[in-house]
Amino acid sequence: MVDASHDGNDLITPAAVEDVELYHPHSWWTRYVFSQDAKVIAIQYACTAIAIGLVALVLSWLMRIQLAFPGVLPFIDADRYYQFITMHGMIMVIYLLTALFLGGFGNYLIPLMVGARDMVFPYANMLSYWLYLLAVVVLVASFFTPGGPTGAGWTLYPPQAILANTPGGQQWGIILMLVSLIIFVIGFTMGGLNYVVTVLQGRTRGMTLMRLPLTVWGIFTATVMALLAFPALFVACVMMLFDRLAGTSFFMPAIVEMGEQLKHGGGSPIMFQHLFWFFGHPEVYIVALPAFGIVSDLISTHARKNIFGYRMMVWAIVIIGALSFVVWAHHMYVSGMNPYFGFFFATTTLIIAVPTAIKVYNWALTLWRGNIHLTLPMLFSLAFIVTFVNGGLTGLFLGNVVVDVPLSDTMFVVAHFHMVMGVAPILVIFGAIYHWYPKVTGRMLNEAMGQLHFWITFLGAYLIFFPMHYVGLVGVPRRYYEIGETSFVPASVHDLNVFITVVALIVGAAQMMFLFNLVWSLRHGREAGGNPWRATTLEWQTPQTPPVHGNWGKELPIVYRWAYDYSVPGAAEDFIPQNQPGTLGVTREAVA
Amino acid sequence: MAESVQTPVSQPHSQAHSGAYRQPGGMRGFVSDWASDQQAFKNVSWGKAMMWIFLLSDTFIFGCFLIAYMTARMSTTVPWPNPSEVFALTIAGHEIPLILIAIMTFVLITSSGTMAMAVNFGYRHERRKTALLMVLTAILGAAFVGMQAFEWTKLIHEGVRPWDNPWGAAQFGSSFFMITGFHGTHVTIGVIFLFIVARKVWRGDFDTGKRGFFTSRKGRYEVVEIMGLYWHFVDLVWVFIFAFFYLW
Repeated sequence: MVDASHDGNDLITPAAVEDVELYHPHSWWTRYVFSQDAKVIAIQYACTAIAIGLVALVLSWLMRIQLAFPGVLPFIDADRYYQFITMHGMIMVIYLLTALFLGGFGNYLIPLMVGARDMVFPYANMLSYWLYLLAVVVLVASFFTPGGPTGAGWTLYPPQAILANTPGGQQWGIILMLVSLIIFVIGFTMGGLNYVVTVLQGRTRGMTLMRLPLTVWGIFTATVMALLAFPALFVACVMMLFDRLAGTSFFMPAIVEMGEQLKHGGGSPIMFQHLFWFFGHPEVYIVALPAFGIVSDLISTHARKNIFGYRMMVWAIVIIGALSFVVWAHHMYVSGMNPYFGFFFATTTLIIAVPTAIKVYNWALTLWRGNIHLTLPMLFSLAFIVTFVNGGLTGLFLGNVVVDVPLSDTMFVVAHFHMVMGVAPILVIFGAIYHWYPKVTGRMLNEAMGQLHFWITFLGAYLIFFPMHYVGLVGVPRRYYEIGETSFVPASVHDLNVFITVVALIVGAAQMMFLFNLVWSLRHGREAGGNPWRATTLEWQTPQTPPVHGNWGKELPIVYRWAYDYSVPGAAEDFIPQNQPGTLGVTREAVA
Repeated sequence: MAESVQTPVSQPHSQAHSGAYRQPGGMRGFVSDWASDQQAFKNVSWGKAMMWIFLLSDTFIFGCFLIAYMTARMSTTVPWPNPSEVFALTIAGHEIPLILIAIMTFVLITSSGTMAMAVNFGYRHERRKTALLMVLTAILGAAFVGMQAFEWTKLIHEGVRPWDNPWGAAQFGSSFFMITGFHGTHVTIGVIFLFIVARKVWRGDFDTGKRGFFTSRKGRYEVVEIMGLYWHFVDLVWVFIFAFFYLW
């Protein structure tokens, strides 16, 4: 333990970073619509992502109703069902989770947490949002084209993705899907470059990388990964677009369809899978790493205790990010690739469990003997840890080739990835919204509605997905819109399907209450003040709440300590803001 | 000269900790240098850092394209057309293999040279020379794209299509049009921006501090160098395309 008895001032080097030349808006349009302020862009991103997320929620309702009560909604036939699956998956993974974590939280929190006035290139940042919106519009447009959206499954595997018998395959669906993804990647790149350069080059004085809150580390690493993984998706989309529109055969082998030889031939569908999963697996961690980072900060703040093993946490984030680029083919054990690959990819997959487990242990050790406040952000964080461990454990089953092969394409897989990459990050999103809403709006969210929302969502998620593991273990395949009277499917599966559907409808309805809370609290929430959670990080130390254009007033803040000076022995308060100078008790910064 | 160069102020290690602090060596020192105050890359401006990171991302795009092409080429069961014959021109009765590509490559590499000279004069604030060299670079780039258009036209006349060609695997035409097209698009975008930046330099925008039309920010002569980074990258990518597509 190092006694922090030096004068904090001598740590501070003169400003080496230029101040951002801010664009000062002159009209309502440039202030709120075509705004270059990262905070406004963040809210735009978040609202758009939540709006398109509602579409995905409704689609999941429709699918569950079909599975529990086949035929009760007459407009759902097999084609519709596939379209719902495809759009639900794509929207949730790309247009909701990625956009909300990086575009939403990234834009809002990075400049505030590193002590910058804005992103380094506000104009490109603005373009990023408008391209994202365009991508969403193109995606939604496919619902209104002849043939409807694509029903290729969210992985868009060729050759079926562009064949006539797949919904939207020879119509507009697949084209709009691919175009929308290409636009998304271009738009994301503009934003992503901003986030990375802001973290690397735009920090305020005293803010070393090893003093960044873990939220920033998570978002930063995820953005770097996205900049390296999205190119594979971009290339795969471009090539499939050529296969569909220009008659090329990158991914199309020779095919006889309905007794007719297609003009394609000589391409490799497996190549698409490699490209797709070279993007797809890092994508899992692009969503998970920001969640890891945010949850670390929430736990530390609401347990009034410094994060355990800060350096280890940082390295775990970076190592997970790097490893996630060499595990992609574990999604392809049954694809027909060279079987020897399976051994390699199973090994790397299981190695990822090591840094991940370090993070889980560190969260638990942060909580250990902490002064735990069971606030809403804390509840959601605890729920996340439990859920993530659950989802991670089933990941061990699916990461092993021999266990994965019988489980492949069953509801077990659906239950696994919904736990680990659906429910877990979304719990963090909720926790983060409850945590930062007071900073964004100046008012607290309603606690009673929040508690109800939490318990319904948390328990509901388990009631939905635990039984689904069992359904998968007995062999019910995924993506079947109707099981019918199949001999190996026991009656219990049908009962469980009804149960799952009923719970899913209730949990979905609880989200409406959450949205209502978001709107209601804007006017009726309790006044929050500048720092309601008594947190240390810079975003809580802004002169105004909500922070205004330029964030900091005349002077940029100077950082004197790490982000986790909670309950420092000898200090007057149980938290010391990062920008507070001077000698205040015995910090644990140097040993963390 | 270079006004963009900021004075080096950040110390690599914070030497506080009341004298008892030793500068870490080895791996720890390496990490602490990188993680130090305010900037990870000392004295690298935001624009330049952003361009480097963008180019890294773009490298992955071209890498994916080239690897996909190589996969297609290696896995196809139909023979691959012989590039030496396909890309030959008949000049004065002699069939010369790869002659057009050789000229194109020469032109593009030359343009990298003129670009480097423009960067040099940019940092000396010699506006006229900088602008003229950038225009020359752009013209060479446009000439490259023009020759590429000629090559495409010739191949299309000979019956090469994205879905078919007279000599072998259909993926030959698909990969050719896709990869050279994507690279040609990069060159074209570069040419457009070269003209835009050259105009700004010629007008003296970076001396007078005129604000950009869209970004409303002041530009600096460093923009020439950032433009150069992109241009050299596009050239470098061409070398790989040349090697893997035409020479293989």
